[in-house]
Amino acid sequence: MKTDATGGPDAATQDVTPLVQLVAPDGSRTADPEHAAYRERVAHLAPADLRAMYRDMVLTRRFDDESTALQRQGELALFAQGRGQEAAQVGSAHALAPQDHVFPSYREHGVLHVRGVDPVDRLRLFRGEDHGGWDPAEHNVQLYTLVIGSHALHAAGYAMGVQRDGLVGTGDAARDTAVVTYFGDGATAQGDVSEALVFAAVNNAPLVLFCQNNQWAISEPTSRQARGPLYRRGEGFGVPGVRVDGNDVLACYAVMADALERARSGGGPTFVEAYTYRMGAHTTSDDPTRYRERAEEDYWRRRDPIDRLAALLRSEGEWDEEWAADVEAEAEALGERLRTEVRALGAPPTTAMFDHVYATPHATVDEERAWLAEYESDLTEGAR
Amino acid sequence: MSTATEQTTEQTTAQSERTTRTLTFAKAITEGLRASLESDDHVMVMGEDVGRLGGVFRVTDGLQKDFGEARVVDTPLAESGIVGSAIGLALRGYRPVCEIQFDGFVFPAFDQITTQLAKMHYRSRGRLQVPVVIRIPYGGGIGAVEHHSESPEALFAHTAGLRVVTPSTPQDAYDMIRAAVASPDPVVFFEPKGRYWSKGEVDLAAAPAEGILDRARVARAGTDVTLVAYGPTVATALKAADELAAEGTSAEVVDLRAVSPIDFPTVVDSVRRTGRCVVVHEAPVFHGVGGEVAARVTEEAFYSLQAPVLRVGGFHAPYPVAKLEHDYLPSVERVLDAVDRSLAY
Repeated sequence: MKTDATGGPDAATQDVTPLVQLVAPDGSRTADPEHAAYRERVAHLAPADLRAMYRDMVLTRRFDDESTALQRQGELALFAQGRGQEAAQVGSAHALAPQDHVFPSYREHGVLHVRGVDPVDRLRLFRGEDHGGWDPAEHNVQLYTLVIGSHALHAAGYAMGVQRDGLVGTGDAARDTAVVTYFGDGATAQGDVSEALVFAAVNNAPLVLFCQNNQWAISEPTSRQARGPLYRRGEGFGVPGVRVDGNDVLACYAVMADALERARSGGGPTFVEAYTYRMGAHTTSDDPTRYRERAEEDYWRRRDPIDRLAALLRSEGEWDEEWAADVEAEAEALGERLRTEVRALGAPPTTAMFDHVYATPHATVDEERAWLAEYESDLTEGAR
Repeated sequence: MSTATEQTTEQTTAQSERTTRTLTFAKAITEGLRASLESDDHVMVMGEDVGRLGGVFRVTDGLQKDFGEARVVDTPLAESGIVGSAIGLALRGYRPVCEIQFDGFVFPAFDQITTQLAKMHYRSRGRLQVPVVIRIPYGGGIGAVEHHSESPEALFAHTAGLRVVTPSTPQDAYDMIRAAVASPDPVVFFEPKGRYWSKGEVDLAAAPAEGILDRARVARAGTDVTLVAYGPTVATALKAADELAAEGTSAEVVDLRAVSPIDFPTVVDSVRRTGRCVVVHEAPVFHGVGGEVAARVTEEAFYSLQAPVLRVGGFHAPYPVAKLEHDYLPSVERVLDAVDRSLAY
């Protein structure tokens, strides 16, 4: 592995073999025999399915761009961009069954889009209006977790619950259930992710640990998180791993479908490393020019996951200008809706800060809520 | 008719007698866990060595044999993993009771408890419930090595979203563990390990009193001074009250039962009557529960106070070596000394 003077990786020249890749950066399908089984996983996908993935990736990027713009206009306190990771998120999410459960980190906007979580609800957290924003039961998507890696353990425990519910290995595709936790390269350094591997492994839990290695944990390159390749992280825990081209939506779909089937059938957990790139900043508060080279960003821009799928559709004669225009119009409508509805989100009443601290009454919360309400009502009457 | 009624009454009485047994504090918790496991098949027990071994204090003795390995789970040796996976199980509808082997070993799980468990219900605006119980044997006086004798309850009580409770008698231990398991809120359940082998009568048939996780208990009525204690120091306060009685001073002992919430009305009502208050806990006095009680009593019973509220507890030093722990822990003598100072004020 070539490294630069500061010890960071030169991502453009890293050795990333082995790598599951079904579509090359130029949009042509790969034909290497070792990935034939993964090719089988996507054989049933019709042009309409590929176009659906393209649409989801475009809408995810528009959500990203629009949200970033809203933050710049002061409408969001913060936003964590997912630009560049659309294939990893949309491809993997397309492989999920409705009954599967997702435990996301906080950059999984594409996964949430595919699962149907409303885009306005996805921004309530970043608006500062809600710590969550959606009902986890509605789409089987848990809330974003900001403490890096914590949710990997929740996913492991949830998967243990799925086992106890008898929903693993029944052979009924509508019942067998898998759990997925999404996290990044930075999270692999957290103890909780290692403990999640331990708990999932010893319980043979139906869990997929989906790591998007986007090369950067804020300013720290992956080489500051791990000495060895991340896809091998599970080996010592007894969890098999696979590295997939995270900018190849079909490969991400195939690898995820494989891992999910293994989990649902009782084969246990899998660690997936989706090798991708965070094209944007860590969040709107970050400035990547302080720590990475323009050349590296250019390298990855030429490997844009959306362009790759477009090239595939074109090369296979499945690109339809009218359809593409419809997708663009839909993205425009999404942007318009976000601009209007996010601005219209109000602030909760002051005393809402006391709501749901506990599920049952707690004397301190009740007293303080009453005190603040009275104080504020006095204020309106001129008290200090 | 009347004969039949009499027979029924006799049977009930006999049954009630059979359900009252003399149990150690530890066994009372075992029986409480057993009752919870029996009444709800989503209740689980999980932790290090809780299965075949029955826990290092044997509190879960026999439960895996009776309820199986899926419900009484020997976990990997990873506290964050225990609590983190329990959160996931709770999100799936289970009610895990986690055992942390010793007080000083809870800290790897502190992040999961304070940033995740305590906030799930809040973060989700009540859409998610995480009814997880975390049992922690705590407190000193057993001649143990480092990290085995600490009292970290204030660290948890300072975190909104957690209920923090600690029983002081076998009956309360039996009742409160069942109430904790039934609670939809996460409960940190501190067990005074120095009391594990103390015995008491436990009525196994009675349902836990309503609000037992919120209400203090007047363990002994008195008129001259209020001793506020919880967990292991309730016994210390009661012994002190015995000695004070022999000297002609009538001490009231309030057992808080919970340090979040704190039943201030019961404490304040007592101090309004006695005019004096001494708070006793094993945890360090500095930034401890006693400071919270003292502040509140001062706010609400200022004109009833004959003396400042005094605190007796551990020092602002790491828990000392076993050879010194009896000078660190609040003894009967130090409680009496504080009462003397209060009376002399």
